[in-house]
Amino acid sequence: MADTTTHAAPAEHTSTGLPSTKLAMWIFLASECLLFGALITTYVLYRGSSTTPPYQHEVFDIAYTSVSSFVLLASSLTMVLSLVAAEKRDFARMRLWLVATALLGMTFVGGQVYEFTSFYHEGLKIGGPGSNLFGTTFYTLTGFHGVHVTVGILMLLSLVGMSWAGRLPDDQAFPVEMVGLYWHFVDIVWIVIFTVVYLIPQPKPPGT
Amino acid sequence: MATAASVPAHRGIIRRPTATTGWLSWFTTIDHKKIGILYGVSAFAFFLVGGAEALLIRAQLAKPDNTLLNADQYNQIFTMHGLTMIFLFVMPMSAAFFNYFIPLMIGARDVAFPRLNAFSYWLFLFGGLFLYSSWFLGGAPNGGWFGYPPNSTTDPSIGMTFYAIGLILTGIASSAGAINLAVTVINMRAPGMTFFRMPVFVWMGLVVQFLLAFSLPIVTVALFEMLFDRRWQTNFFEPAAGGKPLLWQNLFWLFAHPEVYILILPAFGIISEILPVFSRKPLFGYQFVVFSGIAIGFIGFGVWAHHMFAVGLGPVANTAFGITTAIIAVPTGIKIFNWMGTMYGGDLHFDTPMLMAVGAVSMFVIGGLSGVTHAVVPSDYQQTDTYYVVAHFHYVLFGGAVFGLFGGIYYWWPKVFARMLNEFWGKVQFWIMLIGFNLTFGPMHILGLGGMIRREYTYPASLGLTFWNQVATVGAFLIALSVLIFIVNAIVTQLRKPGLENEDPWDARTLEWTTSSPPPVYNFEEIPVVHALDEFWHRKYAEDKEGRLIRVPAGASDDAPDTHREHAIHLPSPSFWPLVAALGLPVIGYGVLYSWWLVGAGALLAIVGFMGWAMEPPVAD
Amino acid sequence: MQELDRFHEEAGARGVADPREAGHARHTHPSAKEYVRIGMILVVLTGIEVWISYSGLPHGLMITLLFFFAFVKFALVVLWFMHLRFDDARYSRFFIMGFAGACILFLVVLLLFKAFA
Repeated sequence: MADTTTHAAPAEHTSTGLPSTKLAMWIFLASECLLFGALITTYVLYRGSSTTPPYQHEVFDIAYTSVSSFVLLASSLTMVLSLVAAEKRDFARMRLWLVATALLGMTFVGGQVYEFTSFYHEGLKIGGPGSNLFGTTFYTLTGFHGVHVTVGILMLLSLVGMSWAGRLPDDQAFPVEMVGLYWHFVDIVWIVIFTVVYLIPQPKPPGT
Repeated sequence: MATAASVPAHRGIIRRPTATTGWLSWFTTIDHKKIGILYGVSAFAFFLVGGAEALLIRAQLAKPDNTLLNADQYNQIFTMHGLTMIFLFVMPMSAAFFNYFIPLMIGARDVAFPRLNAFSYWLFLFGGLFLYSSWFLGGAPNGGWFGYPPNSTTDPSIGMTFYAIGLILTGIASSAGAINLAVTVINMRAPGMTFFRMPVFVWMGLVVQFLLAFSLPIVTVALFEMLFDRRWQTNFFEPAAGGKPLLWQNLFWLFAHPEVYILILPAFGIISEILPVFSRKPLFGYQFVVFSGIAIGFIGFGVWAHHMFAVGLGPVANTAFGITTAIIAVPTGIKIFNWMGTMYGGDLHFDTPMLMAVGAVSMFVIGGLSGVTHAVVPSDYQQTDTYYVVAHFHYVLFGGAVFGLFGGIYYWWPKVFARMLNEFWGKVQFWIMLIGFNLTFGPMHILGLGGMIRREYTYPASLGLTFWNQVATVGAFLIALSVLIFIVNAIVTQLRKPGLENEDPWDARTLEWTTSSPPPVYNFEEIPVVHALDEFWHRKYAEDKEGRLIRVPAGASDDAPDTHREHAIHLPSPSFWPLVAALGLPVIGYGVLYSWWLVGAGALLAIVGFMGWAMEPPVAD
Repeated sequence: MQELDRFHEEAGARGVADPREAGHARHTHPSAKEYVRIGMILVVLTGIEVWISYSGLPHGLMITLLFFFAFVKFALVVLWFMHLRFDDARYSRFFIMGFAGACILFLVVLLLFKAFA
């Protein structure tokens, strides 16, 4: 009865009737809430505490970052459309939507890189002489998020490659669903970051 | 539905290994039992190193103004002693027991994700070796296991950078293991094994995995912040830039308080298995023991600032945390009474496992009592940062966890190694260890209240601390003697031929004792069907009208294994990708210290490892 | 072997330890059109958020509204895109444990620093 294979127990063989990989993914995402919670708390604790410039209102370009936010939201849509295609066993379309998701993700990361570079040229540094708390906490929080997006892109591209090479199990929708859960989580973390970091206005330090 | 048949047959990049015997197979094993042994042996080796560090501490403190160790060396020794005992001994030794016995106790053939299991072990080992490589690369961590900034972020030696990276590595290993074991317990139980028919050891394991999953991410963030402060001069804990060292303390203790329950609950689980077997009575109040374990898990997240009573949080915060700290004593007390109730009226057999378990409970109670005095904020003001605290946590950690783990070692040794440890020398070890332990840490209550401060490499003769320090040092060497006795016992035992006369030597209650010793690689010929708590016991014994035990004759049970097995048992093949992937991470760690090229190399190795892992076929061709 | 077979019959051959625990996935799936609709709502909400941030509303009101809309977007993605609304309740329980736990713990940390003073 309980044949264990490399692919962790699918629903039919488990005590709960739930597939083990999906259960594991949700517990993992729950733990990631603690990770990003700690990073966001650090940011919030230190907002407005920088003793030297540059300050938020001097460097942020809300319009620019809003475009980034739309891009990431769109990528969640393409992700879920990829899953819909997979469930209909239209694997070519599934791959197309996965590639779209990855491209949108890369656009987002590219946008972040551009944003970081321009902030750096305006004097915002993560550490060392001339740095301040804003730089330290901003780059760390958004950097951790960006790394998570990058890992997601790698997983998306791996899915596309493995699907195309016929190396996914017959139920291709399942790994797509799993990667999708991770991808959507990365999107909702951005929803929080966008609000907390960018949108909530900061009282300007005196004299600026 | 992903069964073996529906995965397209294909070759991986490199042939997947098949050997399950031979020394090379230990590097590719994904069998939870072999991984359990790997954890156990590694943990014990680190125990000896941590013990040697302890003896150096005690030798240095044996007399006032001693010059065996200078202040800098002392700082490194006591920091590494703490890190080793917590992260490289107690946690992996608990992991050894969880890995070996949880699948057996729930009637499963392995954990939910066998290769992830191997990955966790190798990353733990590499993380521990990474931490210890610091001795040779400029100096070991020297900021205490708790690493408070700004001291830890500004110390010029490289040690605390090793601390930050090393603990990130071992943290990832534990996090992966936590998800693996949690899903195993939730999803891989044998038919009929409902949650409330699981052994208490499995329950405690489940609670521990959730504590790990939710607390480790917090300290991981703190460690990255410390790493960034040290390596790239960021400002997280830099007061001149507006940074707050107290942020570290909050993030650290948000993890480290649940961590102490992570350290003790496995031992509580072991005790809950041993006491019923050696009292020949069921565990008293099983549901209370289970629910109190869950309660400890929850409340454990609500007490962290009791490590910070003296930093100036203010009366409201101090009071709130004082109250939650007092509350958490209650579920632990409930366990103690249930264990006592288990023994009361039982047919008691004081074999070594039972001695260790009873020793663990009594020593833990003493440590718990000093803990309760810590919960009272004004008295904690006097105790904090003194040896009174050192006494408290060694009574609960050594007294509770280490004695409990030794109980597990003696109890389960015959199951794992098909030999019994010598009972006479086991008792000798117990008594010498008990006496030595109390001589070492008992006086520390007095030393602490007498004014001896923690973490100081020496003390002047005029403080009147000399006598009890000498007693403590003698006690420490007695502990060392008792461990030596255990080592000789283990070696002599293992040199004998394997083979038990009686494969159920303790007349036990739980499913792991239904298998041969050691169990076959697939654990069970047939997955058992479970009808009750203490399933194995109920297969052996029924009760007559007066409640006396009657042995059920063998063969009367209708669970006789079917000699004509209809289907072969398919197990996943071994794999080397978990080791490869795990190896990439410490390489990244060295890269952060020395060179971006190494970061790239490590990342590449890890990615190759994970890709190989994802793409290999489930069984070897 | 016979015992196992009997158990399977009684358990409805689901292979579960306890039939009461069997996962009951609600099998309704939103269609592609519905997902696109949710996507449009998310876009509109984001637009509203950006507008609010420029609007010069009083500080307290602005923060409340921004958190409100962020929470709505969060819920839409989790419940629909991540399918929690339609999936077994146990997944939600685990996620909420982590999410609520994080919110509570970090709120307390910020309070300890009198961050809202």
